[in-house]
Amino acid sequence: MSKFRKKTDTSQDIPTAALPDIIFMLLFFFMVTTVLRETDIMVKQLLPKATQLTKIEKKSLVSYIYIGQPKNTASFGSEPRIQTNDVFIELKDVIQFVNTEKDKLDEVVKDKITMSMKVDEDTEMGIVSDVQQELRQANALKVLYSSRKVLLDN
Amino acid sequence: MAKSKNRASTEVNAGSMADIAFLLLIFFLVTTTIANDKGIAMRLPPKPDPNQPPPEVSKNDRNIFKILANSQDRLLVEDEPWEDDPSLLKEEIKKFILNFGDPGPEGQDIYNSLPPQLKSYISINGRRPDSSQDPTEAVVSFKAQRGTSYKLYIETLDAINSAYNEVYGERVGITGEEFLALDKKDPVQKDLYTKARNGIPRAISIAEPDKGVQ
Repeated sequence: MSKFRKKTDTSQDIPTAALPDIIFMLLFFFMVTTVLRETDIMVKQLLPKATQLTKIEKKSLVSYIYIGQPKNTASFGSEPRIQTNDVFIELKDVIQFVNTEKDKLDEVVKDKITMSMKVDEDTEMGIVSDVQQELRQANALKVLYSSRKVLLDN
Repeated sequence: MAKSKNRASTEVNAGSMADIAFLLLIFFLVTTTIANDKGIAMRLPPKPDPNQPPPEVSKNDRNIFKILANSQDRLLVEDEPWEDDPSLLKEEIKKFILNFGDPGPEGQDIYNSLPPQLKSYISINGRRPDSSQDPTEAVVSFKAQRGTSYKLYIETLDAINSAYNEVYGERVGITGEEFLALDKKDPVQKDLYTKARNGIPRAISIAEPDKGVQ
């Protein structure tokens, strides 16, 4: 009995001084590892530079189309490809992609869908204009050519 | 006895530090906005109606500012090769839009509404007989071939857009940059925007590239 008594006499407090450090470590870990992008881009993406940039007004209305040479040229070849979400698609599937994206939107704003074209600057215009023709067929007429801001002091 | 009292007070309760850290974490999580992507906005022409024949181009040749880009990334501007940087096209396009060579009634109204600086700009650079009649008629036509690089396409489109933005901006006494930054949700800025845009359409025609040859 006396043995047990002795044990209960010791302090029951858990030292919590290190807890904030653990939380901070977690915070830093997530800050470092978070990638602010939901899709894996599988094509080269060096966007062209431009000066006359406008911001996207409603982010919910925007869908992204990535065009460029595949990063993994061994398995996908070196011809520029079209990527939407996580997969490569063929030109003829662009209309279908636009329609699935439109279905996610409200009836009222369906025609206000904006396609953000993220095209690598080394791509030739052929594939870009082919995609644009498909977008016209799919009635997605608002296009944003995503580009980087030029620094003014050059 | 006094010793034990001292010992008890030396420990600082650090348990709530974790809560403070959490609060910070949540605050930053909420306030961080993911970098919005920016770009050149454009509107594609609606799809051609198969039952309608393609519209006849009835525009006077002087009202079309032609830019061609070939697959060697060389530019042909108004039938002359353009050897300079594409961004320098801006001045040429601005002169073209604000030429007022032979304004119609609407064009005359627009001319009368312009601020004095632009009027003097026109009297120095404009009124050429081989350039546009007035801004309502002027169209900038840009045609790229399939082999043109996207980089050149964007650079040229950027130059055309900056020419228009500068015209719009200067019409209400601000720079092109400021015009672009106008917030359309704010009624005052929206007014300024509509005033700047009124009557001068952003007439950029992107021609379809030639089919077949690749």
